[in-house]
Amino acid sequence: MNNTLLCGVGGQGTVLASRLIAFAAMEKGENVRTSETIGMSQRGGCVVSHVRSGKDIASPMLPKGSADVIIAFEPAEAVRNISYLKKGGTVVVNKKAVKPVTASLTGSDYDGSEALEYLKANAADLRIIDGDDICRKCGSTKVLNIALLAAAAKSGALGMTVEELKSAVIKRIPERFHEINLKAIELA
Amino acid sequence: MSQRFLMGNEAIALGALHAGVNVVSGYPGTPSTEILETIAKNNKDSSVYVEWSVNEKAALEVGAGAAYSGARSLVTMKQVGLNVASDPLMSLAYVGVKGGMVIVSADDPGPISSQTEQDTRHFAQFAKLPVFDPSSPEEAYEMIQDAFELSEKYGTPVLFRPTTRVCHGCANVEVRDSFEPHKAEGFVKDTMRWVIFPRTSYLNHCRIEKRDPQLGEEFSIYRFNKLSGSGRKGIATQGISYAYTCEALDGAGSECRLLRIATPNPFPEKLALEFLEGLDEVVCIEELDPVIERELIFICGRHNLNVKIHGKLDGTVQPAGENTVESVKDVLSKFLDIKYETEEYPAVPELPVRPPVLCAGCPHRASFYAVKQAVKGRKAVFSGDIGCYTLGNAQPLDMVDTCLCMGADVTIAQGIHRVEPDTLNFSFIGDSTFFASGITGVINAVYNQTDILLIVLDNSTTAMTGHQPHPGTGVTMMGEVCNAVSIEKILGAVGCTYVRTVDPLDLSAAESAVREAADMKGVRAIIMKSPCIAVCKPQELYSVDAGKCINCKKCIRELGCPAIVLSEGRPAIESSLCYGCGVCAQVCPAGAIGR
Repeated sequence: MNNTLLCGVGGQGTVLASRLIAFAAMEKGENVRTSETIGMSQRGGCVVSHVRSGKDIASPMLPKGSADVIIAFEPAEAVRNISYLKKGGTVVVNKKAVKPVTASLTGSDYDGSEALEYLKANAADLRIIDGDDICRKCGSTKVLNIALLAAAAKSGALGMTVEELKSAVIKRIPERFHEINLKAIELA
Repeated sequence: MSQRFLMGNEAIALGALHAGVNVVSGYPGTPSTEILETIAKNNKDSSVYVEWSVNEKAALEVGAGAAYSGARSLVTMKQVGLNVASDPLMSLAYVGVKGGMVIVSADDPGPISSQTEQDTRHFAQFAKLPVFDPSSPEEAYEMIQDAFELSEKYGTPVLFRPTTRVCHGCANVEVRDSFEPHKAEGFVKDTMRWVIFPRTSYLNHCRIEKRDPQLGEEFSIYRFNKLSGSGRKGIATQGISYAYTCEALDGAGSECRLLRIATPNPFPEKLALEFLEGLDEVVCIEELDPVIERELIFICGRHNLNVKIHGKLDGTVQPAGENTVESVKDVLSKFLDIKYETEEYPAVPELPVRPPVLCAGCPHRASFYAVKQAVKGRKAVFSGDIGCYTLGNAQPLDMVDTCLCMGADVTIAQGIHRVEPDTLNFSFIGDSTFFASGITGVINAVYNQTDILLIVLDNSTTAMTGHQPHPGTGVTMMGEVCNAVSIEKILGAVGCTYVRTVDPLDLSAAESAVREAADMKGVRAIIMKSPCIAVCKPQELYSVDAGKCINCKKCIRELGCPAIVLSEGRPAIESSLCYGCGVCAQVCPAGAIGR
């Protein structure tokens, strides 16, 4: 059984990432259950995808303390969901903070650094990814999700190898986007 | 057969197609929307008729007419939509159907994106209709096919009630590869059957009261109503809570009896008696209302069983909100004396709050802002409605004073006017909501000579639920181009004293229309027309000229656009979010924002 939790802010591409994990697991003949945030919270709100693969899975939502890996598209979102991480679990986190509109209004200075410090102190295996840098090198902001997936695959906690991820990208993403996504996998 | 990765709603749609559904109608509403969309996507040869109806009442009546004619029909909506459709539903339960008819009403524990935590199982009891309650996508695929069969066998419409976590959960589902629509006989005239009269209603009522116990018997052996385990303690559960309960019991090594109810009405009493036999106490784990709990208490009373039933009614289980694996574990740890290990993390630092907001470039922001500026300093109440534009209530716009249900903005404003005639009473309504249930309210205002200002926020789509077409868009779910119904012509025809269409992204034009209308009497309507950013291409983007910016932060303080951020204490435009609407450039007093 593998439990993965993806979290971020609406519009960052968490849903496609969760689908790729699910497809790869199905290719291996495993059962899959996922649960996603759809609806009002997509508009700039927090989004979470739960992905579970294995033989017998009852709940589509992860129990707390059971995630093998948390793939966070944003530092504060990783911290918000830390209670899902199992002991010794991996956290892959994108370095860049996404400021909520309320931060500009209230003049709050949230920049993600405090969240990253918390993760450093509390995640057994932490991988901080400079998603902006990878996106710049690939020439598209859309590859962030694949870059984070690749980092998770490389950590060994995803239940999916880098080769399996590449194969999922080739099978499930339109051909014109293959090159930049494969490049993002290399760079992650 | 093949394995497919399906969302619960997709599984429901494919199940209906595989049951030979002929006619599908519905109104968008989270978490039900993807069912009808999936039907349309899988209807390349147009062998199934599928429509977004103008509202749920219309959808249900279209489905009923099709089922009268021997077709199999599916009607989809969210739970509050069933309130709109309840008038035909209650009568249809008496009249019955010929072809199989299944009404999906998706409930939303939490609620995650709804006005209420109402429970469709009560509607099933109220209308005396059978109801199915799936707990996973693969069950939903099978169960919807059972629902069609049952509907046809008993000549009754059947309710199908998934909840958000089933609708929006995905799983690998074994599905058939092709489908064949059912062959419908056509409408056969029969006044005694299809015309509802008090005398036939009496007879139908008698028939239903005789039928329901039979249905209860049939449900007692229904394959998805499951009884397992042993011991003197029992758990009764349903839907997604059944999955959470299995998760919580997995590996806990605790002895108990488990009853899962997939058809809460008519209640499978025989199966419940088998479950209760020899038990000391039961805990009911269900979401929304204590439906199973009340049924078990009733059965214990009727059969003089000395079994203690716990649940929401005695405070053992939380009365409202979603269940989770954790909330179920919490209940079971006490009830079955299970020790769960928990992972403790130190307290987390303060995290940014992320309430949902209007998108960057959303034309609703401009509309709200224009109205706000135009009536600054005057006494005004802003009645809002259901849609993305409910988000206009957030700071700094703060332009939604009331929100009740679909279409209520128009009529709530009229009620406030009766008490406060000297107040400018605005009502904000979206285009899809206007067609769904706004028009009658406008006519009510015109007829009763009410002074209100109606602002139609026309973004040419049903945005909140994911961009469905509606009567004003000129396209249908069958992929046909049709005449778009004109909101402006409707408003003129019913007698509004002032009707203008303006582009809200032109702030000064929009403001002056509002000012002009504000000083008139009667029902004055302004259509703020500009497409949703999700259905149009971004315009050339804007940026802040740091040399001209006086750092007054008016753009941030007054608009609340997610694309305008503070960068080193100064406003800056995040280019990945900007859509080029240009509203901030019009608001900036220093002319510092440009292309």
